[in-house]
Amino acid sequence: MKHVGLNVAADLLFTAAYSGVSGGLVFVVADDPGMASSQNEQDTRRYAVAAAVPMLEPSDSQEAYDFTVLAFNISERWGIPVILRLSTRISHSCTIVEHGNMPIAAPDPGFKRAPEKMVMIPAHARPAHKRLRIKLEEIRKWNEAEGPNLTIAGKGKPALISSGVSFAHCREAAPEAPVLKLGMTNPLPIGIIAAFARKHGDCLVIEENDPYLVTEIRGEGVNVRGKEKKFRIGELNVSRVKKIISGDKSPDPEPAKGMPPSLCQGCPHRTVFAILKEMNCLVSGDIGCYTLAVLPPLNAMDTMIDMGAGITVGLGMRHALPENEARRVVSVIGDSTFIHSGITGIVEMVYNPPATGHTVVILDNGTTAMTGLQEHPATGRKLDHRKTNRVIIEDICRGAGVKNVQVFNLPGKADKFRGELKKALDSNALSVLIARQVCLLAALRIRKLEKAQE
Amino acid sequence: MYQAKVTNIKITGRGGMGILTAAGILAETAFLAGYDVKRSELHGMSQRGGSVSSDIRFGKKVFSPMIPDGETDYLLLMADDQADVFGHDLRMGAEIISSVIFGPSGFPHKKSLNIAMLGALSAKLDFHHKIWLDVLEKIFGKEVVDINISAFNLGHKIMNQAIAEKHQ
Ligand SMILES: Cc1ncc(C[n+]2csc(CCOP(=O)(O)OP(=O)(O)O)c2C)c(N)n1
Repeated sequence: MKHVGLNVAADLLFTAAYSGVSGGLVFVVADDPGMASSQNEQDTRRYAVAAAVPMLEPSDSQEAYDFTVLAFNISERWGIPVILRLSTRISHSCTIVEHGNMPIAAPDPGFKRAPEKMVMIPAHARPAHKRLRIKLEEIRKWNEAEGPNLTIAGKGKPALISSGVSFAHCREAAPEAPVLKLGMTNPLPIGIIAAFARKHGDCLVIEENDPYLVTEIRGEGVNVRGKEKKFRIGELNVSRVKKIISGDKSPDPEPAKGMPPSLCQGCPHRTVFAILKEMNCLVSGDIGCYTLAVLPPLNAMDTMIDMGAGITVGLGMRHALPENEARRVVSVIGDSTFIHSGITGIVEMVYNPPATGHTVVILDNGTTAMTGLQEHPATGRKLDHRKTNRVIIEDICRGAGVKNVQVFNLPGKADKFRGELKKALDSNALSVLIARQVCLLAALRIRKLEKAQE
Repeated sequence: MYQAKVTNIKITGRGGMGILTAAGILAETAFLAGYDVKRSELHGMSQRGGSVSSDIRFGKKVFSPMIPDGETDYLLLMADDQADVFGHDLRMGAEIISSVIFGPSGFPHKKSLNIAMLGALSAKLDFHHKIWLDVLEKIFGKEVVDINISAFNLGHKIMNQAIAEKHQ
């Protein structure tokens, strides 16, 4: 999952660390330093510490392969969830991989009743927390003795401590420097780090994102240096690592700008945003292709925070703003995002209706376009495109208690949509208007699929 | 200090131009030719016509998957309007290969421009022709493999002619 995906899964992670697991459970989480396609650059390593679970950081494709196997081995041996922390460059790069024998067969499924381990009431959770800390200490000792850490001899100062893709940049930026590469970064092999620091004296930690390693290592009383503050922001590369090492304070070159993306010609989202703009709406938006409506020429989105916030932030604005402004607020959300995290917003709207009512527009393009045209429960097809039950978005909204739920097949019903949107905004009612037209890219694919099935 | 020379190639353009396919073919060819290879790409919103670029690096040993600033040896420009964007990445004397080599109206078959450009690049690299063809055959299905191989060969020929003219 993405780093922000772990925010959604975090509730489970924290308590699954207590309950423990009987098979292997590995969270593969990719951070996005530099935000190639994300809304923030949060650092997953903080989650590993906060939830007290082991974490591995591969530095290329080979290690992504090897560490996945290792993560499952650790998870099964200690009965603990493990985080495999990737970053944009690890996920979006290919390096040569030698396959090993696939050593892991899934254990036979079965459920052993053990409510004292699996039902986390406080009386069970207190001893579970103690067990978790004992496991972590055992794993730390294992990491010191036989963990996936690597010391590379070299000469000159400073000596470098690194992990993940930053390690590859280090080797290129300073091929002669001694390097300690950490493969497991929680719990840290602090004994190895302390010995390395004692041997080399001046040690510099090279890491992407937050100053996580440097803070933790210094917290253990080992004297190491970290990067300048500005390198916390954005991706590292060989040039930036050279600057960190030499203390060069000159500004980085402007990153390549390139062509900004835009909604496709003929994209159904365009029709809807043109109308919202024409009607001078305050648009509480959400995440998907349609977020591109914020850019010129449409300039038709006012807020976008996270998946699901389109509805709930819109509701907040309706509650808080003076009436004449509140009336202009429209929540806009895509079909996939609605299924993922919009439903609770609809429930909230019905339960705590704003005085001026509210209008939610669902952009149903029959796919998850932005992330690569994946299916979702409202398309009626599984991820591998096989047919399955279809969840009906309008039924969910009506079932939750929204009275005015209407579906408009675009582009034919665009005028009807405009008229009903105006009516909804003028009334104090709760409305869900579903603008339906299959994404052009998905339509091509669906036609191919249907042909293949014939 | 010994540092085995790494060759750095950047392929850029926009979503839908087959940049990642071309990058894959180049990386696979370098791999089969016996080099260490790393390839990385950014294509956040490529389906929406945004910029796509891929770095391919090969040599005896490659560390970072990203080409360091100012070290690009060859820039393959699928869309000419990307030239300014990546200008600062080039090494002194780097070569820019753009679709202009196919004449003012570009390559006739838009869909195989990516492969024709690889063909042109292949005239500058010393991989055996046979390896390239093996990889093309492995990557492309029956229906399109011939079109792509002739696009590749045409690109190769045109670049060789251009090199010959320069030396006259
Ligand atoms: C918590 C979280 N998980 C995943 C993502 C990645 N993501 C971005 S947009 C999107 C879904 C977009 O689909 P949809 O709402 O149907 O809009 P479309 O792109 O089809 O217009 C996802 C899953 C995210 N931003 N946040």
